Amino acid sequence: MSQAEDIESVDEDGVIESVSGPVVTATDLDARMNDVVYVGDEGLMGEVIEIEGNLTTIQVYEETSGVGPGEPVQNTGEPLSVDLGPGMMDSIYDGVQRPLDVLEDKMGTAFLDRGVDAPGIDLEKKWEFEPTVEEGDTVEPGDAVGVVEETVTIDHKVMVPPDYEGGEVTSIEHGDFTVEETVAELDSGEEIQMHQEWPVREARPAGDKETPTEPLVTGQRVQDGLFPLAKGGTAAIPGPFGSGKTVTQQQLAKWSDADIVVYIGCGERGNEMTEVIEDFPELPDPQTGNPLMARTCLIANTSNMPVAARESCIYTGITIAEYYRDMGYDVALMADSTSRWAEAMREISSRLEEMPGEEGYPAYLAAALSEFYERAGKFQLINGGEGSISVVGAVSPPGGDFSEPVTQNTLRIVKTFWALDADLAERRHFPSINWNESYSLYKDQLDPWWADNVADDWAETRQWAVDVLDEEDELQEIVQLVGKDALPEDQQLTMEVARYIREAWLQQNALHDVDTYCEPDKTYRMLGAIKTFNDEAFDALEAGVPVEEIQDVDAAPRLNRMGTAEEWGEFIDEIESDLADQLRALY
Amino acid sequence: MKEYQTITEISGPLVFAEVDEPVGYDEIVEIETEDGRTLRGQVLESSDGIVSIQVFEGTGGIDRNASVRFLGETMKMPVTEDLLGRVLDGSGNPIDGGPEIVPDERQDIVGKAINPYSREYPEEFIQTGVSAIDGMNTLVRGQKLPIFSGSGLPHNELALQIARQATVPEEDEEGEGSEFAVIFGAMGITAEEANEFMDDFERTGALERSVVFMNLADDPAVERQVTPRLALTTAEYLAFEKDYHVLVILTDMTNYCEALREIGAAREEVPGRRGYPGYMYTDLAQLYERAGRIEGKEGSVTQIPILTMPGDDDTHPIPDLTGYITEGQIMMDRDLNSQGIEPPVNVLPSLSRLMDDGIGEGLTREDHGDVSDQMYAAYAEGEDLRDLVNIVGREALSERDNKFLDFADRFESEFVQQGYDTNRSIDETLELGWDLLSALPKTELNRIDEELIAEHYREDETEAAEVTADD
Repeated sequence: MSQAEDIESVDEDGVIESVSGPVVTATDLDARMNDVVYVGDEGLMGEVIEIEGNLTTIQVYEETSGVGPGEPVQNTGEPLSVDLGPGMMDSIYDGVQRPLDVLEDKMGTAFLDRGVDAPGIDLEKKWEFEPTVEEGDTVEPGDAVGVVEETVTIDHKVMVPPDYEGGEVTSIEHGDFTVEETVAELDSGEEIQMHQEWPVREARPAGDKETPTEPLVTGQRVQDGLFPLAKGGTAAIPGPFGSGKTVTQQQLAKWSDADIVVYIGCGERGNEMTEVIEDFPELPDPQTGNPLMARTCLIANTSNMPVAARESCIYTGITIAEYYRDMGYDVALMADSTSRWAEAMREISSRLEEMPGEEGYPAYLAAALSEFYERAGKFQLINGGEGSISVVGAVSPPGGDFSEPVTQNTLRIVKTFWALDADLAERRHFPSINWNESYSLYKDQLDPWWADNVADDWAETRQWAVDVLDEEDELQEIVQLVGKDALPEDQQLTMEVARYIREAWLQQNALHDVDTYCEPDKTYRMLGAIKTFNDEAFDALEAGVPVEEIQDVDAAPRLNRMGTAEEWGEFIDEIESDLADQLRALY
Repeated sequence: MKEYQTITEISGPLVFAEVDEPVGYDEIVEIETEDGRTLRGQVLESSDGIVSIQVFEGTGGIDRNASVRFLGETMKMPVTEDLLGRVLDGSGNPIDGGPEIVPDERQDIVGKAINPYSREYPEEFIQTGVSAIDGMNTLVRGQKLPIFSGSGLPHNELALQIARQATVPEEDEEGEGSEFAVIFGAMGITAEEANEFMDDFERTGALERSVVFMNLADDPAVERQVTPRLALTTAEYLAFEKDYHVLVILTDMTNYCEALREIGAAREEVPGRRGYPGYMYTDLAQLYERAGRIEGKEGSVTQIPILTMPGDDDTHPIPDLTGYITEGQIMMDRDLNSQGIEPPVNVLPSLSRLMDDGIGEGLTREDHGDVSDQMYAAYAEGEDLRDLVNIVGREALSERDNKFLDFADRFESEFVQQGYDTNRSIDETLELGWDLLSALPKTELNRIDEELIAEHYREDETEAAEVTADD
């Protein structure tokens, strides 16, 4: 049941038998599993989660204070669904797809009231519909019959719903329509509107999954450079509090080269969502120059909003992502944080007095997580096209301990792992992605793309950087014991090179206008400059120049300013030639 | 209103009673004992025919003949501007001998969630006069920034210093009067600590613009569930209906969480980590998220919750869950405290997530962000070197390393150290920062913009340092 429908399709009323927080039981309710029901005199939205004899258990998406036994429960006879259609971009929803701006209007206050409903998309607004097929053409499920300019960036394709039969178009017309008006008729008698509905817990149908071969370019050096994510891939960002999960997620939402971004704030801070709402309309999308909000859909179920809606917000988000995938777009979905989602499951499960699994989480935690991440991928669409969903899930392990169930079950599924490190965050090394613990299993399948689009020796250069960092890690243990000066000169120099890789290349300032986004070419050139320093310096060392003198050349510290340099091409050229000149002058 | 004498079971803080009419979840209950006392409680679970009630004042003295009245409404806080200057107990009853409170309104203490769409992003710098906070972990209006402390550390002194000194400098200049109304919610603190707070409030005249809620260590634990909600309801009323800028200090959140666990255990719930209930995150979020600004409203609610970490362990569920909800944390450090640093704030694990938007040109100073970043990095490096010095001695280190060691020492003894009565302006704090940074070679200041270095770096400082080094 989505809010766009009337609430009249009532099957059979029940009566509340008990209330405990978000869990309500009712008797005499004729309902199926996962049906949406309206609870109590105020009509609070809820979902059936257990049926036992005559007793039905319901999780309620709103506060239940004051609700008591004896009050009615109405069944809608439909599962929890989302409204799909133009108007979802540039929107902000709660966990059950109620638009928060409309709720503010309807409630007349800045605080969220209960029992107020609003459809997920504007039912009144007229959109200009441009047909892309003609009368007499045959269309199949998933085929587009026309487009609507949803935002400046996004052309919204109006598709034959996947559960239709399809057939020959008997009538189609250019014009202004609301989402509920019919824009095309088929000879099968089916009518196509811009508005579709889809139950959130069911994946939208698609064809086979393909192996992703294109990277999701994030504009973040450590991610693009060392641990890339593929378009259609999955990634997890675990980290203790204060390690920069949210900033990392927001950077991805801002700068990654996806067509569509769905950003889910699941059980996180209210102010963070406000920041996104205030920033995104003003920031330009690096691909199109249009406001970022024009390609973004936000779902905000903050930590103090009802816990049951936190459980559902992940499903709401991924269903919206699938809908845009079906149009052939590359969608990136950020879920911050999946741990809060798992905790919501745990909370509901414990109120149901289910037998707990590890650390009180329900035994179906692993299944729920893998089901969610499996909805990502690069897909062959049912209309023959291609589309992808990349999923990036933040994980908030209690006490920063990665051995807890949510992190562990997530790691079994995802192929890119960006481990955030509190220690790096403390010394303000951001993004605080630990280069020793993180990994990406997409590296090899993405290398050809880098070779074609950036540089032939991309893979070798990256491997060089990884080797230097590995060596530094080993040397660090010795330095801890005897001090840096006790090392042989060549190792001291390696330490110095590693320091530049860390400070000048891996670190990236999200707050700096230029440094916040780094295109792949610049990522490559910056690393190249450090490698130039490395090669020239080792040549000098071999020629007998003492390591102190090598370290003290003027040009070297300028490597640290590459990230923030606006005319980076010239800047790097200059450093590279200065480095060569100055180091060669030493011998 | 129906009265029952149908109590079937009394267990810990819970009372079970049979009812023949439906009772709403969360509703308020009054229980009258045979000796004439009236105790208040709240419906925890309501089923057909039986309800479980959590009694705030403890169940002592209740027997099966006690009568139970359901008031038909959820718990409300009577709010009015006249609350300023008053001292109340943990359930909201005046204990200062003053006149009865005549409320303007009665508001639900559970509080509704602020619509994220209606929030305004906090970015007004609050000057606390404490360098470790202003310079390194800046607080802004509408933020929730807890103090993570341990038993025996001077967190109360720091909280009081902030309450005394906090101003918004910009508005001060415009003469708008930027003092904060302070709401103080005490949960399970000792009478002695309470006296400390009250003496300080009276000494500085802060009481006039404060509302104090006192649940002391010997008050019923269950009442601690209510105290912070009363305090926050009052804060929201003053902020969003009376345009005050409100600073809420909640101490000690650890006691609050203990009370939560006690009730969970009494209800025989499935426990989460270390016996704390699985819904503790949600419960804490419902308190902490009541900080913020709302678009179109003058006032704001800024929260400084204090918690003592059991065993100084920040992975304990209480600080851990708090850290995931709040916008940063101020860490108190036992070593710094024993060195006599006042306040003993360890800036490395401390953090203010809203700092970046509250500082910089037009807000504090152009160089603020860079200076703070550089000091973080330099102090972290100095800290690392200290471990090494313990093994190889200072002489074995290079000149560069020695400078970082000196920096770390001076950072603690000059920058962090300031005493509880010193109020430093943000200019003083940043200049002090430049004093320290100028002892490092210019080339090491790789996080500061070159123009800013040219403007602020003290050339003589390095030379002076070098001269001393040569001696």
